Amino acid sequence: MTMKVFIPSPLQSYTRQKSEVAAEGTTLEGLLADLDRRYPGFRFRIVNEQGALREHIKLFINEAQTHDLTHPLQRSDEIHILCALSGGSDAS
Amino acid sequence: MIEKRKPSSRKKPLARPSNGIPAPARGPVSLLIGTRKGAFILRGDPARRRWKLSDPVFFGHIIHHMVLDPRDRRTMLIAALTGHLGPTVFRSTDSGKRWNEAKQPPAFPKAVEGEKGRVVNHTFWLTPGHPSEPGVWYAGSSPQGLFRSEDGGVTWEGISGFNDHPMYPAWTGNGQDGTPDGPKLHSIQIDPRDRNHLYLGMSSGGIFESTDRGADWRPLNQGCRADFYPDPYPEYGHDPHAMKLHPLMPDRLYQQNHCGIYRMDRAEGRWVRIGEAMPKKIGDIGFPVVLHPRDPETVWVFPMDGGTVWPRTSPDGKPAAYVTRNGGKRWTRLDQGFPKEQAWFTVKRQAMTSDTHDPVGIYIGTTHGEVWGSRDEGAKWASLASHLPHIYSVEVASL
Repeated sequence: MTMKVFIPSPLQSYTRQKSEVAAEGTTLEGLLADLDRRYPGFRFRIVNEQGALREHIKLFINEAQTHDLTHPLQRSDEIHILCALSGGSDAS
Repeated sequence: MIEKRKPSSRKKPLARPSNGIPAPARGPVSLLIGTRKGAFILRGDPARRRWKLSDPVFFGHIIHHMVLDPRDRRTMLIAALTGHLGPTVFRSTDSGKRWNEAKQPPAFPKAVEGEKGRVVNHTFWLTPGHPSEPGVWYAGSSPQGLFRSEDGGVTWEGISGFNDHPMYPAWTGNGQDGTPDGPKLHSIQIDPRDRNHLYLGMSSGGIFESTDRGADWRPLNQGCRADFYPDPYPEYGHDPHAMKLHPLMPDRLYQQNHCGIYRMDRAEGRWVRIGEAMPKKIGDIGFPVVLHPRDPETVWVFPMDGGTVWPRTSPDGKPAAYVTRNGGKRWTRLDQGFPKEQAWFTVKRQAMTSDTHDPVGIYIGTTHGEVWGSRDEGAKWASLASHLPHIYSVEVASL
C-alpha cells in the first residue's frame, strides 16, 4: 500500500532533496520502517531508540496530528512529517 | 552508597618518559573545528603562518566533536545533531572529502516494556582506539553513555559494563547532575601500554577507570574536591571538565576540574591540586587542559571566571592561557596577542589543543567563534579565523 509522504527540509538530505516521496506501510511504524529501508538512517533522526517521536518532530495523517506510531494507514492517506517551529534558544 | 571493589593490579609506573619520544612534526597543520552551526577545517602551512578556512561541512548541524584517526590519517568522524533531528555520527574515509552516515549511531538499548529507557541526546566525545585495534573508536554521550565501534564508526554498541553497571545511577547522579547543556561523558583515554586500560570522565560523576576493556569500572577521584557537596571529598560525583594522560608517561594524569587543576601520579593514587599555585586573582577554574606531546611536565590551561554565579568567561575580561613547565609547581601567564581588556569569551573543554611541532603550537576556539593560535608554545597569540559560530571543539589533524 503506497502513499504520499511529505518531507521537511531538514530530512531532504536523505530523500535526495525530494520534498515528496512514496512509501508503504499499514501503520505509521511500518511506513517509517519502509522510509528507513529506502533512505537509510532516516528513522533514527526522528524516532529515538525507545520508539518515541523526537521532541521537535510532528506527524500528521492528512490533517490530524498523531503521536501513535501504531496508527493504521489507508491508501488514500497523505503523511506529513513536520519539524515544529523552534529556535532562539541556547541550543539553536 | 559506597562501592567496594578489589583494586586493580597496577602497572609499573614510568619514572621518566618511555623510550621513543616522537620526533616533532614538520608538515602542515589542520584544525578540525566543531561549532554550533557546522564543522570547518582551518588548513595551515608547515610554518603555521598562513591559514585558510574551508566552507562549512554539515552546515547548520550542531557539531560537538570532529576527529581524525591518527592511525590511518584518513578516517574522520563527526558527532552531529540538529535542532530538530536526533543525534548521529558522520564518517569519512578520505580525510573529509566525502561523508557517509553511521548505519547504527550510538544509542541506548530499547527498554523492556514498562520501564523508561535512556535516550542519547547527543554524542559529545569521540576517541580513536588503541593503535593495536584499528577500526576501534569510543564515543561518550549526553546523558552519560559509553559506546564502542569496531568498524571505524559504521556501527556502535553500548558498553554494557559501564552503561548498565549497578552503580551507574549513583555515579551519574541519575541524570540530575550535569552541565547546563546536559550531563556528559567525555575524556575517554586509552593507556598506550594496554588497550584494555581505559579512563573516562563524567560531568557529573568524576573520573573512572577500567582495566578490562570496559567490562567493569571503578571511581578514581581520591584527593579531588567536589565543593558543591556537603562532603567535599566524595568517592564519586565530581565534575571533571577535561582529563588527559600523558602518552609518554601514561601513569601521569592531568585534570581540569570544576574545583581546580589536578595532577595524579598513579603510584601515589591521589589527585594533587596543582592549581593552588595559580595566581589567586585568576583562580584555577577552566574547561580545557592541554599536554605537551614530548614533555609530561608541561601543561597549558585556559582559566575562566568560576566565581559568584559562574560567568565562565576570561577572568576580568582579560583572556590568557597559563603554562606550567614543572608539573604544576609554578604557572606562567601567556597573554601576548590577546585583547588586553573587554574580551568575555569562553573556551570549552574540547576547544583547546596542541600540535606536535617544535615549538609546539597551541590553539583555542572561543564561544564567540574565533580561533586563536600560537606557534611558540603560547608565548604569542594571533587570531587565525574569526566570525565563526560558537565553537565547541578544536582538534589538530595532519591531513
